[in-house]
Amino acid sequence: MIGDIVAIPWVVVLIVLPLMGGMACFLFPTISKSLGLMTALAIFTAVGGLSWQLVEEGAQRYAIGGWGASLGIDLYADGLSLLMLVMAALVGLGVSVYSSGYFSRDKANHFWPLWLFLWGALNALFLSADLFNLYVTLELLGLAAVALVALAGGRGALTSAMRYLLVSLLGSLFYLLGVVLLYHSFGSLDIAILAQRVEPSPAVWAAVGLMSVGLLLKTALFPMHFWLPAAHASAPAPVSALLSALVVKASFYILLRLWLEVFPQTNTAFSQLLGLLGAAAVLWGGLMALRQTRLKMLIAYSTVAQLGYLFLAFPLATSCAWTGMLYLLFSHALAKAAMFMAAGNILRYGGHDRIADLDQVAQRLPLTLAAFSLAGVSIMGLPPSGGFVAKWLLLEASMNSGQWWWAIVLILGGLLAAAYVFRVIGYAFTQAELPHEAGVVPARMEWTALVLAFVAILLGFISPAAFELMGIGAPFGVGCAG
Amino acid sequence: MSWDTALPLLIVVSSLIPGLIIFFLAEKQVAARITLNMLGVLVKLALAGVMLWGVFHGHHYEVRLPLLPGLDLVLRADRLSMLFVTLSTGLWFVTTVYAIGYLEDSPHRSRFFGFFSLCVTATVGLALAGNLLTFLLFYELLTLVTYPLIVHRGTEAARLAGRNYLIYTVGGGALLLLATVWLYTLTGTLEFTARGFLSGLDAVHHPALVVIFVLLIAGLGVKAALIPFHGWLPQAMVAPAPVSALLHAVAVVKAGAFGIVRVIYDVYGVEFAASLGVTLPLAILASVTIIYGSLRALFQDDLKRRLAFSTISQVSYIVLGVAVAGPMATIGGLVHLVHQGVQKITLFFCAGNLAETLGIHKISEMNGVGRRMPWTMAAFTVGAFGMIGAPPLAGFISKWYLGLGALDADQSWVLIILVGSSLLNAAYLLPILYTAWFKAPPASWPAERFFGRYETAWALLAPPVVTALLTLVLGLLAFAPFSPLEWARLITSREFTP
Repeated sequence: MIGDIVAIPWVVVLIVLPLMGGMACFLFPTISKSLGLMTALAIFTAVGGLSWQLVEEGAQRYAIGGWGASLGIDLYADGLSLLMLVMAALVGLGVSVYSSGYFSRDKANHFWPLWLFLWGALNALFLSADLFNLYVTLELLGLAAVALVALAGGRGALTSAMRYLLVSLLGSLFYLLGVVLLYHSFGSLDIAILAQRVEPSPAVWAAVGLMSVGLLLKTALFPMHFWLPAAHASAPAPVSALLSALVVKASFYILLRLWLEVFPQTNTAFSQLLGLLGAAAVLWGGLMALRQTRLKMLIAYSTVAQLGYLFLAFPLATSCAWTGMLYLLFSHALAKAAMFMAAGNILRYGGHDRIADLDQVAQRLPLTLAAFSLAGVSIMGLPPSGGFVAKWLLLEASMNSGQWWWAIVLILGGLLAAAYVFRVIGYAFTQAELPHEAGVVPARMEWTALVLAFVAILLGFISPAAFELMGIGAPFGVGCAG
Repeated sequence: MSWDTALPLLIVVSSLIPGLIIFFLAEKQVAARITLNMLGVLVKLALAGVMLWGVFHGHHYEVRLPLLPGLDLVLRADRLSMLFVTLSTGLWFVTTVYAIGYLEDSPHRSRFFGFFSLCVTATVGLALAGNLLTFLLFYELLTLVTYPLIVHRGTEAARLAGRNYLIYTVGGGALLLLATVWLYTLTGTLEFTARGFLSGLDAVHHPALVVIFVLLIAGLGVKAALIPFHGWLPQAMVAPAPVSALLHAVAVVKAGAFGIVRVIYDVYGVEFAASLGVTLPLAILASVTIIYGSLRALFQDDLKRRLAFSTISQVSYIVLGVAVAGPMATIGGLVHLVHQGVQKITLFFCAGNLAETLGIHKISEMNGVGRRMPWTMAAFTVGAFGMIGAPPLAGFISKWYLGLGALDADQSWVLIILVGSSLLNAAYLLPILYTAWFKAPPASWPAERFFGRYETAWALLAPPVVTALLTLVLGLLAFAPFSPLEWARLITSREFTP
């Protein structure tokens, strides 16, 4: 029985399931909600299967159709891919449940196929072992995301969707140019093969530059974040959650993979630059979040800041720094999804998300407020939470390496986060009348947000086990797990 | 899991679970809420009693859960932690009774009592913390769960006070975090150890250790309301009276002071800290705080604000005691942790009773109030004399040992501080007593309410009377076994070479 479970090619299942589910939702729109939920549950289970497989057998390489590297498509799963897949599965399941209460019938018909395609692209991206495949999945992901942003309808949403589309295409284009250069120089696109062949040369540097610019643009690293707040804030709440929690992490994942495996001889100047931009993002994003008057914009700027933290690991580049950074990425996904969902509930109930008028709403949605606050604890990096564990590891790494200035950035970023999170919570205790009739918020929308936020807190207690899973196949060296 | 590992967990969880359930109770489920509350209180009291007995007989209670690579969440009962656990559990008991009476029929009680329980959970957690990381975890948790209590009233003033509280405490928490990480990278351990774990460190690191000490004291000093980090405390007086009691006596301020004791004792070690030359500046800072707090208290007409400045002054006795770095002074400081708590909570309960029953908030409105509320004012009087340090009350014992300790450690200047501050204490407390007992009462009170047989509701009256009696008992029976004084001697015997 156990042997059977381990023998199933879960990596393929994880890609096929969402695509088939999406197709089914498209073909049978009347039951798309149940189909979508069932698919989400199935993917969730499949990720469980894959984790089991990885624990039992270590990192997996799977050649589709048996062609093998350099000709066919290879899939590869190690601890790093698993982390991303689990993150997508948790947030994905949450978003699916939330959306089943959020969308009206006609919107739902568009939402489910798009969302499941997006999920499929995401899973495929996290499992791809070659650069071209990564490109294809990245492009698919971008297109699905743009369509989802446009789903809100209205002038603002369409404008930001259009801008998002351009940025997305531009980013992929830069990436593709880099891929072409590499292929021209080394005759392969497989990451493992490239890792052996790549040697410093002008072509490689050009490729690194192009690919990095493309990916950083899509990851919205300061100062290339300009498109993110509008796009993330104008989308429907579950879509905002997806974009901030998952989609931006995809391009970051590619960057990280390349950095760790293809170009491990890291140029210190470049890694310092990434760290510097990350620090700027942390501070700028935090300050801008403080200045927002609308809740969703505040949350979106908080994403800009949180993405900045991820880049602080590059100049540190120790196993613990990578571990901490990835844990931050993981807990941020859960916390940020919960925050956007909470904002969605507030918007649905009160008809607006003006921060100064939140006292009309916050007291009447205690579960939502609890979700926002718990998520806020992780975003601020206060204990006990996943965010705290992550921040601790990053702090430790920066003190250990003697680069204490990154520790200062981490601390300041935490203070800024506390300022903007409590700016919102502060309005939860004063009372005001809602001037018009309240909207109906289904219980499942409140509970999903709360459960996701709670998991972000829970991550503060299970990090040793999580690090063990992340370390499968040693994607970022050994020495920090357990 | 054996009993010895389960007990520290249980004692933390015994208020956590009722607290979490209370959040989900409807406003009108009064009986269920009170039952849960009292159940949590009684279970915690019983467990604390068992643990106290066990620790006295050399029993070892410890539980470890892996939290970070190489670092555990450690809950461990030692003598020092039991001092704080017993204090906060005991005072939480009376405060809960008081809060139930005080908040009768006011809105948002489920939210209030939920956070109230979490507050004592965090306090007991940090009392039992076996390493600096665990301490930090509960210290930050305490910040988060007291915030909703401070803004509980939901007025604009409350919101601003809450904001101010956060600016101070979150900032302090950040300093503490930085210092903790730094310490960990230097030593590779954060485990609290009798006489510290730093003295073996290479002399090259000593300047860094001094900086870390400053960061730690600043981070903890925020909650302990050391100058210049005291600004949040008087502002937080907008909170309901039970919350003030909690802030001043049970949890927050005490957590800061307790943390400073831990850092000096079990991280640095008193003797090593003294050799680094950091204890004298701390003693001076504490002295300045003592005098400054008393001076400011003199000029407050608002009763609660006067008491708040008095707390700023009184809590620094604890810091002063451990910073003087002699065995006697340390006993005085530690015992004051308990004595100040019991006395100050009495005063705050009484202030709350005056406000609730007669609508009195200012000292200038207190003319002859002793005749209308004799029991309340009698309790207040006992608490006030305790604060001044009149024998045979608890405060006298603290000051006696602090003074002896100062002479012992050849730091006679501390005596001047003690005498000066006692005079100031008398100067700001005695006029209140005079006003209340000897001036003629006005024709009518600002907002009088009647409660039948007693001068006020029994749930409001019993707590201050009990704590006032305790003030007397702690002073009279200071040398009985299990008294705070004897316990403080036990703790101190571990730290100093005889």
